[in-house]
Amino acid sequence: MSVFEIKKSGTVYDAIIVGSGAGGGMAGYVLAHAGLNVLMLEAGPFFDPAKDAQQLKFSYESPRRGASTTRPFGDFDAAFGGWDLEGEPYTTKDGTKFDWFRARMLGGRTNHWGRISLRMGPKDFKSHDIDGLTDDWPITYEEVKPFYDKVDRLIGIYGTVENLENEPDGIFLPPPKPRLNELFIKKGAEKAGVKVIPGRGSVLTEALPGNKDRGVCFFCGQCGRSCKVYGDFSASSCLVIPAIKTGNLKVLSNAMVREVLTGPNGLATGVSYVDKNNLQEYEVKGKMVILGASAGESARLLLNSVSSQHPNGLANSSGVVGKYLHDSTGASLGGFLPQLLDRKRYNEDGVGSVHIYTPWWLDNKKLDFPRGYHIEYGGGMRMPSYGFGGGMENLNGLVPARDGSTREAGGFGASLKDDYRRFYGSQVGMAGRGTAIARADNYCEIDKDVVDKYGIPVLKFHYKWTNDEVKQAKHMQETFQSIMHEMGAIVTSKIHGPETNYGLEAPGRIIHEVGTVRMGDDPKKSALNKWCQAHDCKNLFVVDAAPFVQQGDKNATWTILALSMRTSEYILEQRKKLSV
Amino acid sequence: MKRRDSLKAIGLTALASGLLLDSCKEDATKTQQASVLQSPNGDNIGRQEFEIERDKKLHAETFFTKHEMATITVLADIIIPKDDKSGSASDAKVPEFIEFIVKDIPEHQLPMRGGLRWLDLQCTKRFNHAFVDCTNAQQIEMVTAIAYPLKAKPEMKQGVTFFNRMRDLTATGFFTSKMGIADIGYVGNSPNRWTGVPEDVLKQYGMENV
Repeated sequence: MSVFEIKKSGTVYDAIIVGSGAGGGMAGYVLAHAGLNVLMLEAGPFFDPAKDAQQLKFSYESPRRGASTTRPFGDFDAAFGGWDLEGEPYTTKDGTKFDWFRARMLGGRTNHWGRISLRMGPKDFKSHDIDGLTDDWPITYEEVKPFYDKVDRLIGIYGTVENLENEPDGIFLPPPKPRLNELFIKKGAEKAGVKVIPGRGSVLTEALPGNKDRGVCFFCGQCGRSCKVYGDFSASSCLVIPAIKTGNLKVLSNAMVREVLTGPNGLATGVSYVDKNNLQEYEVKGKMVILGASAGESARLLLNSVSSQHPNGLANSSGVVGKYLHDSTGASLGGFLPQLLDRKRYNEDGVGSVHIYTPWWLDNKKLDFPRGYHIEYGGGMRMPSYGFGGGMENLNGLVPARDGSTREAGGFGASLKDDYRRFYGSQVGMAGRGTAIARADNYCEIDKDVVDKYGIPVLKFHYKWTNDEVKQAKHMQETFQSIMHEMGAIVTSKIHGPETNYGLEAPGRIIHEVGTVRMGDDPKKSALNKWCQAHDCKNLFVVDAAPFVQQGDKNATWTILALSMRTSEYILEQRKKLSV
Repeated sequence: MKRRDSLKAIGLTALASGLLLDSCKEDATKTQQASVLQSPNGDNIGRQEFEIERDKKLHAETFFTKHEMATITVLADIIIPKDDKSGSASDAKVPEFIEFIVKDIPEHQLPMRGGLRWLDLQCTKRFNHAFVDCTNAQQIEMVTAIAYPLKAKPEMKQGVTFFNRMRDLTATGFFTSKMGIADIGYVGNSPNRWTGVPEDVLKQYGMENV
């Protein structure tokens, strides 16, 4: 009984997929619908938003009133996990910082994301010529466009046709109308020379043609909790659960993959994993292995899959695996609109994604930093939750009382109680999300000294912002202040200067990390070919954000979905030709 | 308050993260896999095992003494009293919320315990009684000395810091309760069809053509 045993299954699956988020979920969806016998391994529990979402709960249904004690985005948020997981550490080196967010659950981080669904544009795929700082993708926007179109139709996205050069339009459902605060923002931003357009989000503002399994958005504004009627996109509800229904996809949850196994010919033969429920070790076999474990975890898996054929880690003869890690930049500013004190109450929950946003609107040739950012906006009469009313002493002294008299900041009693009512719904906030340059010197590698609680060697990160990103954050802060000024808002958050890098968030905080297993035509400089197939191992594919060569200022999910669909269709074609 | 909680309070729910309020400087949460309390309605569907266990454990513990709870109750009702629109902080069970939240977010424990003690000492010096045993007028005098950060005397600074926290916790506890949500007039969290800002509101702010 005390013998350490690895259980080996006799079944050989057509494909083994590691991870069930946007990338793994899409691969599972396409391959299972094509009739392949697919096994999917997910490191967290099964999660079905229809049953498990905390949607429509009031704050008082949480003893901590929605505080972020155990879930980084609050008690009702749909992400199981966070930047720190008990027993699953990661490390950093040379005094640098990277915060690594992991959601362990079916559907991964797609259960809680902002559903902001932007296509990368022609200049994002081919950006080398802009300033020589970045490498081109081996593919163009035109090659990815048909897949973006198919993703739009399959999953649903709202937005408006704008004909902007580097912000390609999609096949859109109608966008939600702006809220009152957003009208103030739009007016102020336009005065400040900043264009504002309707948001683009994967929320069904109308029924999705041809889909009877998903309900229409009912405007609770709670996409972050994941949607019980499947009115928004989660990989769980929209991809994996439908794929399971084909009978061709089997999901193993709580299965933490250790490494990709390879045979004497160097090809992938399957994976080994530990069942988190009972710590039993397993090996499963497949004709191909598809990694969709996230940019960090897929790199970790490859680097931990060392064999005589792949001494440097699998798919890593080039040595690029782990390198070129990049997260979006982020900075933000908040305040309130004195005009909106004592505003009329009505339900303006809207959708849980953005109602409006600002695509990058300037020419970097005229600026002192190389790449742009988009701006996301928020504010309004939200459900009060933990943190509500915080810092009133910083607000109520800034404006006169109703009778015009001067108010003393702080206070207590009936007049204070009334202040909370006065200020409710007057707040506005904005946040920039920008392009960070992919650099070989920003990377993750295996920490030779540290393992997690399953004995799996962990990642060590090395990531530094440069002046390119800092100056971009400075520009964000200047823009935000100018918009706040033009809309007549009073800024209440800290105004960041050089001492805090202008509020530039630490790498990893925006949770858009990409680029660790990049694609390219040259096997010496890339790990994957343009189909996300490993140069060194033709039956190994990567379908998450790891293959990204250079992210634009666009959130990664829509591109992950399009690329994963493209790779999955390539796999089906190659199977016909019997080459994988 | 954590930065993400402030973000949520400001309505930036779609965003990943960001720093919006000056007063929020705490670091990232550690996701722990061991400590919880039963949610009030006993509904644990979609909760992780460690969260359920953690809630249970916290509910079984007591942090504040009876005297401290009595002080918190008096303070909370001074901060948010009953008026013609809604009840007081204690009517909305704010003291019970504060007892829970300091166990849930232990960073509150020392400043709360120490602050309550500071208050009692000040009151003993001034009035020869602990805060709860002072007259209402004495209590108001004491609170007035620490409730206005910009005009409080320098030697009251620790009291101001404590009272800011107490005010924040009271407001959060009250306005996230059923009574407080009705008071503030939040009418969402129910299925509807959002068709934009109502006409009369557009007109009120001259936003018809934006």
